[in-house]
Amino acid sequence: MIWLTWRQFRLQAAAVATVTIAFALVLAATGSRLADLATTYRDVFDHLTANDRHLFYAGIVVIAVAPVIIGVFWGAPMVARELEAGTHRLAWTQSVTRTRWLATKLGVTTLAAAAAVGLLTCAVTWWSQPLDGALSSTHGSLPSRLTPVSFAMRGIVPVGYAVFAVVLGATLGAVFRRSLPAMAVTLAVVTFVQIAVPAWIRPHLVPTAEQTVTFAREKLDGITIRDNGPGTATQLMVTIKGAAGSWVLSNQTVDAAGHATALPSWFSGCLPPPPSPGASNGPVRAQGPDKLDACFIRLNAEGYRQHVVYQPANHFWPLQWAELALYLVVSALLASCCFWWVRRRLS
Amino acid sequence: MTAVVRAEGLGKRYRRRWALSDCTLEIPAGHVTGLVGPNGAGKTTLLSLAVGLLAPTAGTIEVCGGRPAAGADQLAKVGFVAQDTPTYAGLTVGDHLRLGARLNPRWDDAVARSRVRRLGLDLEQRAGRLSGGQRAQLALTLGLAKRPELLILDEPVASLDPLARREFLQVLMEAVAEHEVSVLLSSHVVSDLERVCDHLVVLVDSKVRVEGDVESLLESHLRLTGPRRDPATLPADQHVVSASHTDRQSTFVVRTVAPVLDPSWTFGRLGLEDLVLAYLEGTRAEAPSPVMEVLG
Amino acid sequence: MGFIVIEFSLDGRSGVSPYLQVVQQVRQALRLGLLRTGDQLPTVKDAVARLAINPNTVLKAYRELERDGLVAARPGVGTFVIRTLTDGSLAAHEPLRKDLRRWLAKARLAGLDDESIEALFASTFRAAQEGVA
Repeated sequence: MIWLTWRQFRLQAAAVATVTIAFALVLAATGSRLADLATTYRDVFDHLTANDRHLFYAGIVVIAVAPVIIGVFWGAPMVARELEAGTHRLAWTQSVTRTRWLATKLGVTTLAAAAAVGLLTCAVTWWSQPLDGALSSTHGSLPSRLTPVSFAMRGIVPVGYAVFAVVLGATLGAVFRRSLPAMAVTLAVVTFVQIAVPAWIRPHLVPTAEQTVTFAREKLDGITIRDNGPGTATQLMVTIKGAAGSWVLSNQTVDAAGHATALPSWFSGCLPPPPSPGASNGPVRAQGPDKLDACFIRLNAEGYRQHVVYQPANHFWPLQWAELALYLVVSALLASCCFWWVRRRLS
Repeated sequence: MTAVVRAEGLGKRYRRRWALSDCTLEIPAGHVTGLVGPNGAGKTTLLSLAVGLLAPTAGTIEVCGGRPAAGADQLAKVGFVAQDTPTYAGLTVGDHLRLGARLNPRWDDAVARSRVRRLGLDLEQRAGRLSGGQRAQLALTLGLAKRPELLILDEPVASLDPLARREFLQVLMEAVAEHEVSVLLSSHVVSDLERVCDHLVVLVDSKVRVEGDVESLLESHLRLTGPRRDPATLPADQHVVSASHTDRQSTFVVRTVAPVLDPSWTFGRLGLEDLVLAYLEGTRAEAPSPVMEVLG
Repeated sequence: MGFIVIEFSLDGRSGVSPYLQVVQQVRQALRLGLLRTGDQLPTVKDAVARLAINPNTVLKAYRELERDGLVAARPGVGTFVIRTLTDGSLAAHEPLRKDLRRWLAKARLAGLDDESIEALFASTFRAAQEGVA
């Protein structure tokens, strides 16, 4: 059965393997220079060539797209194409039970997908490590590796995505009995999940850290004031000292009772005048013991605090494992649906 | 006589439509059994149930003493050549033989390879580029080299030209003579089956209309033509299968074992096709059903 | 060991069942002296492969020939002719043929055409058979 699976699968496998290995080789060739740069300069991002930047973003795109591609082209047609061509009537009447047939196909494909994406994510994680290190410092101009864009493109989570995409594709293929709709829905669902999980699920996978701080220079690395123009409330964002590289989930001002609130109206008087008309939207960094400092003292005195909820940088690996486990559990559930469907509903 | 297929009250429903309902039949071992019936009678459904591709909604079916597709052992006992003989278009003829060898413990590679050689198939040829006849032969080779106890074929020759049809049946019959495999094959064209089947099951509207040894069926049916008369006045040992009348003349197909004594009748034997058609017509006269419309 | 000297053919439109056609073809060959004692009949496998017919049909025909004492099966070898049909009854053919000619001439004189003659013969033949039965 493994032979048949491999015989039917080898072309697609070869295509993905070629792309994967080629990309990994490019990363391997350029990665060591980045590591050197990182030891030399604190903010390595400023010393990157255009090529390095392209590769950095390519790594993100490749890891984001690979599970989708694999789910659509490996998973969805797995059962659906047999049903379309009628060859399931040949395969399922050999001396191999349908369960073993599906187990082998699903197993081999899932392992291949995990291996391919595993290799990619290893390569990308290794390659971007110097940059990710730089990013977690306050001097970096890009956010931490915990943020949605880079979190799922590093570490072990991409493997979970790939496994999930394959199993989802296979299940949808069995349900729809047609490759094309199964591919389309797989594409849509995997993309949706890639957006939905960071938005609603990932923040809660590992208990968050929270702090309620006063507006004081010694506790904060920075305060950002966002003034969205007349008619909308001015917002304050703080950067807590020692929490660099964390993924901030909520950053809001609370009143003495601990309820989220808008800034008092007198605070707008504390803002420096806009440098030029139309450019008032940019974040302004509070500097110097000027009028703003006095305003902060008044805020503290009136009981205003800043409440920050975040996943600290050291939650990176716990979050990775938790999310991988989540995908593997969901994949296992989906796979049992797929087995049930193939054994019962397709009879 | 042992039965290779035994069905009782067998039914299969797709959503709200019953493709087969309340089907009870026994197919004896050691025979080539033809399953005949109009399109939509439930032949493919019945055969799919027998190989375990489908699971029954009602009733039971037992094949070679076990539940279809219950396990690898059971699967090994039954060979199947599906309608339109599906093969993997991207795989070569040689790949298909390897597939058979890997997936079937009782695989007879010598038989498979000698057949392929005799058919003149190129092992390197992709199955997708074979002609319909060659593909059917490849599917048959897979079914035979599996060395099953029962080989089931669903409309195996329907899409073949006369020469390919003849060649297919030659190979099949030769294998039956050689390996003593029981065969169950369906067709909606009776003439395909006339030579190859020694047992016949006529399925109409998922009911078994007539079943038996072909030779004795042919011997026990007569077509009578004579002056018009009421079928009720025929001798008690003549069971009317179908009847048609003009103003002056009546034509009956009767099932009887006794000789016809009435001198006013001219009579003759029927070919298998006429016999089957008589049963189909008889059913239509009795109970017009939507399934039978496909015949008209 | 004998040669295989005859091949079977089937007429699908004759209305005669395939097994009877095989029997008749063997008997015909025996009667015409085409098959002699010791000759081998086609093996079941060969006959089946040639005619695309059910092996049981051939087996049934051979069994009937065996019952009539015309052939004998040697397991694992084949089926061989042990008796022919070119026997004494040939001598009786000639006088009977003369009678029949005379009868045919009478029938024509009476105005019967070919079809009527055949119908009359067939119905009389049948009636006589039933009388015997």
